[in-house]
Amino acid sequence: MGGAPAASAGGRCERPPLLPRVAATQGGGMLGKGVVGGGGGTKAPKPSFVSYVRPEEIHTNEKEATEKEVTLHLLPGEQLLCEANTVLKCVQEDSCQRGIYGRLVCTDFKIAFLGDDESALDNDETQFKNKVIGENDITLHCVDQIYGVFDEKKKTLFGQLKKYPEKLVIHCKDLRVFHFCLRYTKEEEVKRIVSGIIHHTQAPKLLKRLFLFSYATAARNSPATDPKKHAVMFDTLQDWCRELERTKGNMKYKAVSVNEGYKVCERLPAYFVVPAPLLEEDIEFFQGRGIPIWCWSCHNGCALLKMSALPKEQDDSMSQIQKNFSDRIYRTVHRPPYETAKTEDLSSNFLSLQEIQMAYSKFKQLFLIDNSTEFWDTDIKWFSLLESSSWLDIIRRCLKKAVEIIECLEAQNMNVLLLEDNASDLCCLVSSLAQVMMDPHCRTVFGFQSLVQKEWVMGGHCFLDRCNHLRQSDKEEVPVFLLFLDCVWQLVHQHPPAFEFTETYLTVLSDSLYIPIFSTFFFNSPHQKDMNVGKESQDSQSRPLNLLTVWDWSVQFEPKAQTLLTNPLYVEKPKLEKVQRKGTHFKHQRQLSLPLTQSKSSPKRGFFREETDHLIKNLLGKRISKLINSSEELQDGFREFYDGWHSRPPSYQGLLLPHLEGPEIKVWAQRYLRWIPEAQILGGGGVATMSKLLEMIEEVQRLQEKIEARHHSQEALQAEAASPPRTSGRLSSLFPFALLQRHSSKPVLPTSGWKALGDEDDLAKREDEFVDLGDV
Amino acid sequence: MASAPTSKYNSHSLENESIKRTSRDGVNRDVGETLPRLPGEIRITDKEVIYICPFNGPIKGRVYITNYRLYLRSLETDSALILDVPLGVISRIEKMGGATSRGENSYGLDITCKDLRNLRFALKQEGHSRRDMFEILTRYAFPLAHSLPIFAFLNEEKFNVDGWTVYNPVEEYRRQGLPNHHWRITFINKCYKLCDTYPALLVVPYRASDEDLRRVATFRSRNRIPATGGGYESDDVYHNAELFFLDIHNIHVMRESLKKVKDIVYPNVEESHWLSSLESTHWLEHIKLVLTGAIQVADRVSSGKSSVVVHCSDGWDRTAQLTSLAMLMLDSFYRSIEGFEILVQKEWISFGHKFASRIGHGDKNHADADRSPIFLQFIDCVWQMSKQFPTAFEFNERFLITILDHLYSCRFGTFLYNCESAREKQKVTERTVSLWSLINSNKDKFKNPFYTKEINRVLYPVASMRHLELWVNYYIRWNPRIKQQQPNPVEQRYMELLALRDEYIKRLDELQLANSAKLSDPSASPSSPSQMMPHVQTHF
Repeated sequence: MGGAPAASAGGRCERPPLLPRVAATQGGGMLGKGVVGGGGGTKAPKPSFVSYVRPEEIHTNEKEATEKEVTLHLLPGEQLLCEANTVLKCVQEDSCQRGIYGRLVCTDFKIAFLGDDESALDNDETQFKNKVIGENDITLHCVDQIYGVFDEKKKTLFGQLKKYPEKLVIHCKDLRVFHFCLRYTKEEEVKRIVSGIIHHTQAPKLLKRLFLFSYATAARNSPATDPKKHAVMFDTLQDWCRELERTKGNMKYKAVSVNEGYKVCERLPAYFVVPAPLLEEDIEFFQGRGIPIWCWSCHNGCALLKMSALPKEQDDSMSQIQKNFSDRIYRTVHRPPYETAKTEDLSSNFLSLQEIQMAYSKFKQLFLIDNSTEFWDTDIKWFSLLESSSWLDIIRRCLKKAVEIIECLEAQNMNVLLLEDNASDLCCLVSSLAQVMMDPHCRTVFGFQSLVQKEWVMGGHCFLDRCNHLRQSDKEEVPVFLLFLDCVWQLVHQHPPAFEFTETYLTVLSDSLYIPIFSTFFFNSPHQKDMNVGKESQDSQSRPLNLLTVWDWSVQFEPKAQTLLTNPLYVEKPKLEKVQRKGTHFKHQRQLSLPLTQSKSSPKRGFFREETDHLIKNLLGKRISKLINSSEELQDGFREFYDGWHSRPPSYQGLLLPHLEGPEIKVWAQRYLRWIPEAQILGGGGVATMSKLLEMIEEVQRLQEKIEARHHSQEALQAEAASPPRTSGRLSSLFPFALLQRHSSKPVLPTSGWKALGDEDDLAKREDEFVDLGDV
Repeated sequence: MASAPTSKYNSHSLENESIKRTSRDGVNRDVGETLPRLPGEIRITDKEVIYICPFNGPIKGRVYITNYRLYLRSLETDSALILDVPLGVISRIEKMGGATSRGENSYGLDITCKDLRNLRFALKQEGHSRRDMFEILTRYAFPLAHSLPIFAFLNEEKFNVDGWTVYNPVEEYRRQGLPNHHWRITFINKCYKLCDTYPALLVVPYRASDEDLRRVATFRSRNRIPATGGGYESDDVYHNAELFFLDIHNIHVMRESLKKVKDIVYPNVEESHWLSSLESTHWLEHIKLVLTGAIQVADRVSSGKSSVVVHCSDGWDRTAQLTSLAMLMLDSFYRSIEGFEILVQKEWISFGHKFASRIGHGDKNHADADRSPIFLQFIDCVWQMSKQFPTAFEFNERFLITILDHLYSCRFGTFLYNCESAREKQKVTERTVSLWSLINSNKDKFKNPFYTKEINRVLYPVASMRHLELWVNYYIRWNPRIKQQQPNPVEQRYMELLALRDEYIKRLDELQLANSAKLSDPSASPSSPSQMMPHVQTHF
């Protein structure tokens, strides 16, 4: 296309724009049309919600739209808010910078850069193109930090600006870093785009203003797939009954509908599972607090339970009531057929949310790298920088906690009761990790998605607050779910054949946290979701809004790209098992789970009293004793259990434990290093062997088909159109994410790995080991 | 051969290998005691000891000592423990505890090994069992001090391939297109008169006369004149030299660094402070700097079509590392099994890396300041490269580990002595077996199934700490808790698929035959097996 050609390699921002955009007029006559993705139809959708768009912005929008709707792809319901022309996007390539001229726009969904040489992208590795978010798109929720460069100095931008920067640096939550040079942009456009971006990404939002609703309203008529195809949603009583059946928990536990319409509390889902003898009024007594809620049952009948703590009471009579209540609950649960329960107080003996927050904010900075120099300057100190963030250690602690819980369930035949103030952060994390390790069903795509629905979405994890989607409180922003995904990644990395999904699946799932067209991660609780969808439907007097679930991957990826989400190494369950499972309807594969220690039934009745006391102490908030955990005996049991498992060959369809030793906990390179060009290994990394494996799979399949064809018809030989072999070329180690293809085979050289020989003294000190480079 | 997936990869320990190998070689075993012995290996003694395993506690066993190895078998029914340690690996033997020692198992021997582990044996205080064992071990682990031959000279193993023929200097130079009008071959060092640490045959700049070389030699350390590494064209190697300084430290720093690595991995692995401990060893930092230097050299050679003169004080440590790594990056030939053997033979053995001094074969002086893990560091760099480019090397990790194991074992003559002239004097090629004989007669075991030959591919690893890893399968292989999955699942699946593919191809061939038998005109069949699968690459 015409317009200012991209500054060629090596050209830095200093190069002035060659021409004003010629392309600007190309789109004349396409007024208001836009390129509308999804099922939006051709009509520009009418906004059905109160818009942030200020009148002058709307004006701008319409005026400019006449000229430039050529390449801006808008989703149904998406509104252009502001834009700026002749913005130079700086691209790091082969450790030199080059720039691409284009248009920077901000909509109510995303910030997008429309480069002039978009055609160059077509021959790129677009196999893994995201249909919703383009390479140069940043959803407003994905923006982490915005910086402005003023006279070479980088400053955080927020609020009203007095002075506008010459360069805009955007750090994203998916760890991309964008540099937009505004030196050649008209002053008023700079003002408009910078203040627009700052406002729309940083100002606190109301829930109703989420793009989620405008999208759903605009796409109301497009057919949405049934979410049940992709996961068990756990929004019906039936779903819970089936889960009970699947895990054989239905003898001791029951699904209840006491919270239908959120009559008891707004924190819990409409349906959940409790111990069978528990009375409805017990559940209602403290609005669902102080009662054990079932998560999952182990093959030996032991269950993983969670409980939110009772409010702390100063009043003696109130605390007496609480004590009596807890006592009663405990007695109900603590007699046969229930196993002794071990209480895990996650609020006091484990990680704090602040620790997680601090660790991640340090950790992510290690990957939000502005340039090559920064990369190499931090390289020598890389390991200690990593360690000082504590992120990997936090991962280890989470995995270890899950193993401890599993040891209780599996080896000691005890129920485990997880306790946390709201039972919606670390409870979700630990409980779902334990399930991933113990239940092979949770390692399938369907099972994993159902697990996230069950423990996180229905479990009331406050995604809205934890991701800070509404920008209401930075203090609440804690990447608990990301921590979970990173823990799962460690397992995937250590035991690849055990998972039906790949690390790429986990990476795109983590990216999906910030895409506000899916409802999955945009509510604090099922109650909040139902309320907002319900109201919306009353207003518009039609069907309730059809919010998309993230589990329908076809919304984001074409079928070809979706194949990258499933793991070719996955060892499937034996066929027989599958048939059986269908017949008995979600039968739990108990016999596949590896029994480690002989199940010794240990009705430690003597233990009962102390346990009750402990529980009560906890419930009353007087956490005096740290008990249980510190017991030497239990630590030994843990070691034995852990070492015992690791001394056997892993059974991928049974219990799966992680390695916890120092060298085994690694950086999730695909997620964290994927946008850093210096970290790319062209034609290398695990991708290289994996693509050879895929080639071989295809070849074997082709041969198989040929053999079959020959068996069926000997005449049909000609019909065998020998499909061309995959010419995968050389993929980057960061495939499928690295879009910056390095064109030359020049090595990436550290800029600070050596220094040109300076003074002679230094040489004398440093021995005589040097290299002459005969440059002729 | 593709259809035979290596069923048991197991740990990369030398023990397992030699057990398997010796049984395959039909090596003698003491009846009833299953002590593996190589031809030429003689049993000296045996003792009942307590092996103090750092992972599983004391284990009662019987230790056998031969003139080649220390072999321990557990006498406890519930333990199948076997230790099989070539005596060459031993760097130091210490007595622990004295006559007055009280504590349980406090009296015995502590053996420090060059391969990052210690062996502790507790012995009975009465009798002279400790003194006997100490003396015998000292004698056979450090034969040089006792005027005994190194075991390699006693080894009578026979292989169907002769590893000594792998490297032929003239042929290798010819492969590189040498001599040409820039470089010539000289026999000036024929009797090692010019430089006793250089090989007899050298390639030198064409315009440098033998007289020039003699003059240059007098100025350089031990007469080591500049000669070719990769053999790349140049008009004048000394003209316009750009001097770059690499932050690579000396051999003493490297030795201390490796000691620190041992401290953090043996016997226990640091847990929560693993990363800072790893950093404090500086081991990977040194690896990074060596790789960076090699990339720099390789880049200069390939982009400028210029030659690079690499030198350090003597030209046998850093030089060997940088030239051989640069050659590995630029020339895909060296990434094959034989190519790599030639590379080691040429750049390290022939050009006089002082293996005897750096490793201390058969020498009891464990504190010798000349010892340094320079070659290990090179192999580690190669491993890092193979990790970054898992399809670019014909050999696998086991190949590298086997090389390192026999760097110390003294079973082969390959790494003995400091230079070619000493080797010739001792008639090493006639009197000992080459390590490459062992490897080349059993190549399948050392092959990487993912290897894809790409002749002109230049490989530049990323010399960033983000990608460098501690080589767990080598440095932490003694720790049973850190066990890497063997075989690697991707590899295992790939081998299964290869087998399946071969079976299908065979079946298609059979169908093809059946078809052509039926059809009157065989040419009507559109595709012969070879046409049918033109794209099938042979991976072996």
